[in-house]
Amino acid sequence: MTYHVLSLLVEDKPGLLTRVAGLFARRGFNIRSLAVGTTEVEGLSRITVVVEVEGLPLEQITKQLNKLINVLKIVELDPSSSVQREHMLIKVRVDNATRSQILEATNLFRARVVDVATDSLVIEVTGDTAKVEALLRVLEPYGIKEIAQSGLLAIGRGSKSISERVLKN
Amino acid sequence: MTSESTPAPTPAASAAATPSDPPVLTGSGAILASLEKLGITDVFGLPGGAIMPFYDELMASTAIRHILVRHEQGAGHAAEGYAAASGKLGVCIATSGPGATNLVTAIADAHMDSVPLLAITGQVFSTSMGTDAFQEVDITGITMPITKHSFLVTKPEDIPGVLAAAVHIATSGRPGPVLVDVTKDAQQKKAPFIWPPKIDLPGYRPVTKAHGKQIQAAAQLLVESRKPVLYVGGGVVRSGAHRELLAFAEATGAPVVTTLMARGAFPDSHRQNLGMPGMHGTVPAVLSLQESDLLVAIGSRFDDRVTGKVSEFAPNAKVIHIDIDPAEIGKIRHADVPIVGDAREVLLDLLPAYRAAAKDQAPDYTDWWNRLETLRSQYPLGYTDDPDDGLLAPQWVIEKIGELSGPEAVYAAGVGQHQMWAAQFIQYERPGAWLNSGGAGTMGYAVPAAMGAKVAQPDRLVWAIDGDGCFQMTNQELATCTINDIPIKVAVINNSSLGMVRQWQTLFYDGRHSFTDLETGAKSADEQTRMVPDFVKMADAYGALGIRVTKPEEVEPAIKLAIETNDRPVVIDFIVSRDAMVWPMVPQGVGNSSVQYARDHAPDWDEE
Repeated sequence: MTYHVLSLLVEDKPGLLTRVAGLFARRGFNIRSLAVGTTEVEGLSRITVVVEVEGLPLEQITKQLNKLINVLKIVELDPSSSVQREHMLIKVRVDNATRSQILEATNLFRARVVDVATDSLVIEVTGDTAKVEALLRVLEPYGIKEIAQSGLLAIGRGSKSISERVLKN
Repeated sequence: MTSESTPAPTPAASAAATPSDPPVLTGSGAILASLEKLGITDVFGLPGGAIMPFYDELMASTAIRHILVRHEQGAGHAAEGYAAASGKLGVCIATSGPGATNLVTAIADAHMDSVPLLAITGQVFSTSMGTDAFQEVDITGITMPITKHSFLVTKPEDIPGVLAAAVHIATSGRPGPVLVDVTKDAQQKKAPFIWPPKIDLPGYRPVTKAHGKQIQAAAQLLVESRKPVLYVGGGVVRSGAHRELLAFAEATGAPVVTTLMARGAFPDSHRQNLGMPGMHGTVPAVLSLQESDLLVAIGSRFDDRVTGKVSEFAPNAKVIHIDIDPAEIGKIRHADVPIVGDAREVLLDLLPAYRAAAKDQAPDYTDWWNRLETLRSQYPLGYTDDPDDGLLAPQWVIEKIGELSGPEAVYAAGVGQHQMWAAQFIQYERPGAWLNSGGAGTMGYAVPAAMGAKVAQPDRLVWAIDGDGCFQMTNQELATCTINDIPIKVAVINNSSLGMVRQWQTLFYDGRHSFTDLETGAKSADEQTRMVPDFVKMADAYGALGIRVTKPEEVEPAIKLAIETNDRPVVIDFIVSRDAMVWPMVPQGVGNSSVQYARDHAPDWDEE
């Protein structure tokens, strides 16, 4: 399976997310993750989509997205020229015997404990997909009670910004 | 829009000074004033609770003619017919809930065929939205996949800007339907009416002018080609590029095929026109594409009804693909030279580029034309003119209508066999003469579309070529036609069945005619069905002239009487053979080289 990370600069209009998500569903493109948030420009939002492309050219996806009136710009962010991060909260089962091992693993991954109870810990981790998955594998044997995961966030390396050229017009 | 009217302000024009003391209008008043400022002169609609404030304003308008339809689907197709015949924007209006959902079929139809359409719907009070209020539906949500864009307006001050933006989006770039849903409170509340409004569409910049490098590359491919075909689609009609196409085609001398949506974009009488390609295309048109070494696709989109099995379509051809919608290019077939732009502007640029390239390297298409002329003389379009059942041949009836009405008439078809015969056996010489539901295949399109066309062009003779199945879906608009003095002619090609489905049942389902018998006509010359409904009586009930035709000698006098009768609509019930089939045909799922000229009769062709 091939994944591509697309960053969409969009107008913050009601129903915008439905338009984008509906287009993916309707045209048969699978979304692996989705993250939406504000930008440095008022009225504009940024959507980061990780899209699965199997047999469907990425070009067709971006062309269809570009037809949406409220979509201003689409860039594909290559892992080598962008910073890509996921955020995950993991609730893991602990007892007196396992607590110190789990804390050690947490430190090794530069993750943080954000909630402590007698029989559980909530661990917060940020990193690329591989790191987050690796921590999850380490914690799995202790018993994962619950996880909450954000969509992937990505931003291009260097000084250029996605909104630069759009705002010049 | 007419030339004397105010065009939709472009983003650039929105910088113009606004009047210092704008009038304060209700939202409804703002809708009306905006439509008038946008040059709209005719609208089709039907009122209901959530759109009543606007209808109250509309009653007083002298600039806008409102035509009260009998079903909102009729309003939608009428607006489509209006747009397709004239090139202007079509406008339809409905109330919230079921009024709005009744527009959905027409909106989807306009989306598939790139028809500039503005749909205005009433919505429940913004304070009631989301509560399952009476006649509440989320129509912007429902129509999201079938509109070019949709707007929900909850504040009166937003109305001018939204309507101006809606018209700009619907009519520019690749045209399409735009829906504007206005809550009842936005119609009732007041706000200053500022015109021209500011249109802010930073994400909408259609490209109309092509890249010079691509034009050069296309010209080069053309002069290198030995077997080119100009594969012309509906984009040429929408762009108004027919004159530029004619000049370009004549300069190159290349054969032309016109798709279902492009009938009339290039004159049928022109020697270079091979006819319609596709599932029911002419043998020369279908095989020209198959054998071609270069397709010049102009405003066409490689629809499955044209290509047949895509992997076997035009296997040896390179492709120049000209389209205003970048997403069409490469969607189905790889384009060797992609050209994004308006068909008219591209052809204007391509002609001198071709001439320059051909100066040193004039292509010779003699062998190609010899081959095509052989196909043309061996496989002309034809039909059996005396069916075994003793009934009229439907193709002959349609051909006669075309002969007696001429190229200046407008022909709107429904969907099915009669549509294909009308595409095949009427000569089209100008764009806008042929209206049909190509992409969506909407049965019931003909009567309301013909009505809309007649409103746009009252001086033209307008025919609805309809089937007995289609006619029963939207014939209530005959009442609209009679009452509003819109004298259309309806030719019901009555084969007493859902004919195209019946044809497929005959060919592919062992003749098991499952639920396709409508009992509106005859089984043979000696055996009538129950004839429910009786279309002649029905025409009479609607205040139209009803004529029944069962014999060949009655055909011509009936058509002439219909043409002469202009004080009311006319319905001619042509009782035709139900065993007549549409030929040639490429069965679904096979390559176009398997085209059959008639049943079990494949033409010879040189497999390369």
